[in-house]
Amino acid sequence: METIERAVDRSHMQVSDEVAIQIVNMNKWYGQFHVLRDVNLTVNRGERIVIAGPSGSGKSTLIRCINRLEEHQSGKIVVDGTELTSDLKNIDKVRSEVGMVFQHFNLFPHLTILENCTLAPIWVRKMPKREAEETAMHFLSKVKIPEQAHKYPGQLSGGQQQRVAIARSLCMKPRIMLFDEPTSALDPEMIKEVLDTMIELAEEGMTMLCVTHEMGFAQAVANRVIFMADGQIVEQNNPYDFFNNPQSDRTKQFLSQILGH
Amino acid sequence: MSDTHAETVPYVRETMLPQLAPPSSQAGAVKWLRENLFSGWFNTLLTVLGALVLVWLAVHFLPWFLHGVWNANSVAECREAIAQAWGDGATGACWAVIRERWPQFLFGFYPSELYWRPVLALVLLFAALAPVLFPSLPRGMMALTALYPGLGYLLLWGGSFWFPVAVYLGFVIGYVVFTSLAKAGQALLAPILGGLVVLLYWLFLSGPVERALEAVIPLSIQSVPSNAFGGFVLSITIGVAAIALSLPMGILLALGRRSDMLLVKALSVGFIEFIRGVPLITLLFTASLLLNYFLPPGTNFDIILRVVIMVTFFSAAYIAEVIRGGLAALPRGQYEAADALGLDYWKAMRLIILPQALKISIPGIVSTFIGLFKDTTLVIFVGLLDPLKGITDAVRASIEWKGVYWEPFIFVGLIFFIFNFAMSRYSMHLERRLRREHR
Repeated sequence: METIERAVDRSHMQVSDEVAIQIVNMNKWYGQFHVLRDVNLTVNRGERIVIAGPSGSGKSTLIRCINRLEEHQSGKIVVDGTELTSDLKNIDKVRSEVGMVFQHFNLFPHLTILENCTLAPIWVRKMPKREAEETAMHFLSKVKIPEQAHKYPGQLSGGQQQRVAIARSLCMKPRIMLFDEPTSALDPEMIKEVLDTMIELAEEGMTMLCVTHEMGFAQAVANRVIFMADGQIVEQNNPYDFFNNPQSDRTKQFLSQILGH
Repeated sequence: MSDTHAETVPYVRETMLPQLAPPSSQAGAVKWLRENLFSGWFNTLLTVLGALVLVWLAVHFLPWFLHGVWNANSVAECREAIAQAWGDGATGACWAVIRERWPQFLFGFYPSELYWRPVLALVLLFAALAPVLFPSLPRGMMALTALYPGLGYLLLWGGSFWFPVAVYLGFVIGYVVFTSLAKAGQALLAPILGGLVVLLYWLFLSGPVERALEAVIPLSIQSVPSNAFGGFVLSITIGVAAIALSLPMGILLALGRRSDMLLVKALSVGFIEFIRGVPLITLLFTASLLLNYFLPPGTNFDIILRVVIMVTFFSAAYIAEVIRGGLAALPRGQYEAADALGLDYWKAMRLIILPQALKISIPGIVSTFIGLFKDTTLVIFVGLLDPLKGITDAVRASIEWKGVYWEPFIFVGLIFFIFNFAMSRYSMHLERRLRREHR
C-alpha cells in the first residue's frame, strides 16, 4: 500500500448539494449471474468516492455502468440530469461529460500522445485543431509530460501512459471522472506518480469515483469510502470511521487482509 | 576465476571492462558461409546437392534461352535460324512471336490507333494511386484519385464525356441526402436512404441526364466496345476495379459480421459463407449466363462490368475474413476507450479500430489482391480474352505461330510477376513503415 506523504490541499474540495450521479435500485446480470444487486448511490458534485472490495464484488462493473460501458437491466441511472437508457444520444452525451481511466490505460497505439489527447475534442466536441492541441498541451503539462507529446504510447513507461490517459480524459473537460483500478497494472515506483496526478485533480474539486486498492489515497483524498461485496454496497462511511471503526464483518475481514501486513 | 572469487568473498569491481571487437571468425564472409552453407556434414551435403541442381537446370534451360531468336516472321523461320546457328537438333526460344505480337498480348483487339488511351489510363492510374500509397505526397493529388474512376472509364471505353459526369452526380446527390439526414439525427436511416436514392438515380435518372447533357453540349470520343478488350488491358481493368471496390466492401462485410444488429450480421455471414463456398468460375458463369435470365429482357449489362462485380464479391468475402481476424486481434480496451470518449460507432471504427485492424491485416489483404489479379485470367471461361490463354490461343491459331508454346506463357507470366511482385514489395514497405511509426 502506498502511503501519501504530501500534504493535501483541501481548500477547493467542496461537496455541493447538486446531485451529479444518482443510481436507484439498479440491478445487473451477466447471464444467470447477478453481479449488481439493488444498488442505490447518490453522488454529489465535488465528492471524491473510493470504492473498495474484494475482486468479483462488482465494483468495476458499477462504475462501468455509469458511462454505460455495461448495460444495467433494471433500476435507474441518472448522470448530470441525463438518464441512461438505450437512447444512443443520451449515452453519447453522458460519455462526453464523464471521463474514464482504465486499468490498462487503453491509449491508442497508432496515434501520438498529442493525437490521443486531441482526437475526442476534435471529433466529438468539434473543437478546431489548434485549440484542441493547446488544450492537450495544457493538460499534458499538468500531468508533467509535455515533452512526450510527439512520441507514441509504446515508447512511454506505464506510469507515463496512465498519466497520458488521465490527460486524454481531461481534454474533454469532463465534469465527472471515473477511475477503474488506475494503478493496479503499474510497478510500485510508478504508482506514486499516478496517485499524485489524481490527488491534484481532487484538489481542484473534480467529482471522482475511484475503484482502487490504494487505501492511502482513500484516507488522504476521499470524502466517502464505499465497500462492496457480492454485488452490493455493504458499508459506506467517511474514510476515518471506515478504516478505524468498520461496522460489518465483511469490511473488517477485508481491511485486515489488505492492511494487516 | 574472478566469478568464483566474487561469490565466495565480498567483492568490489575496481576497473570497468571496455568493449572489445569480436574474434575474426565471428565476422565477415567466412562467418556467413560457415553459418549458412557449411555448418555441418549434412548441411554441406545439402549445399553441394543444391549447387548441382542449379547447374543441371542451367545446362538444360540456358541454351534454350541463349539460342533465342528475335528476328523472324514465323516459327518455321525461327527454327531455321536456330538450326543454322547452333546445328541440327538444337533447341531455342522463338522470341520473335513476342516481338511481333506483343501489342495483342497487351491490348487484345483494342483498335491500334487508340493504343494511347489505355496507356494514358495506366500512367494516370499510377499518378492517382501515388497519394494513396505514399502519404508523404501532397494531399491535393487526391483530387486526381477521386476523378480517376471516371477518367479511366472514359479513356478505356470512350463514348460520351457526360456519362461519367452523370454517374458522379449520383455521389453528389447521395452525399447531400446523407448529410442532411445525418444532421437531422437519423444516424441509421442516413446511410440506408442515401444509398437507396443513389441506386435509384443510377438506375432510372442518370441515363436521361446524360442524354440531356449530350444533347445540349455534344462532347464525346470514339467508343470502344467491351468485346475489343483483351490481354493485359482487360486483366488490369478488371483487377484494378475489383481491388478498389473489394477493399471497402470487405471492410463493411467484416464490420457487418461483428455487428450487434441481427439482420446485418446474418446478411454478412450469409454473403461471406456463400461466396467463399463457391468457385469463382461458378460466379463468372452466373455473371455471363444466369444474370440475363433475371434481368428484364433487353437490358444490356456490360459483360466486363458483370465480371468486375463478381470478382469484387469474391475477393470482398475473403478480405472480410482477413479483416475480421485483424478486428478480433484488437484488445477490448480499444473499443471501450473509444466508447468512453464519446466517439460514435463510425468514428470509433474509422479513427481507432480500423487503422489498427487493417495494419494487422495487410499481408492477408495484399495476398488476396494478388490472388484476385491472377484470377482475372479465369475470364476466358466467359468468353473474354485474357492474356494467358485467350490471347495466347489467338496467337497460336495463326499459321505463322502455330507451334510456339512456352514463349507466350513466359512473357505473360513475367508481366504478371512484375505487377504482383510490386504489390508484395509495397506491402512489406507498408508494414515496415507502420511498425516504425507505431511501435
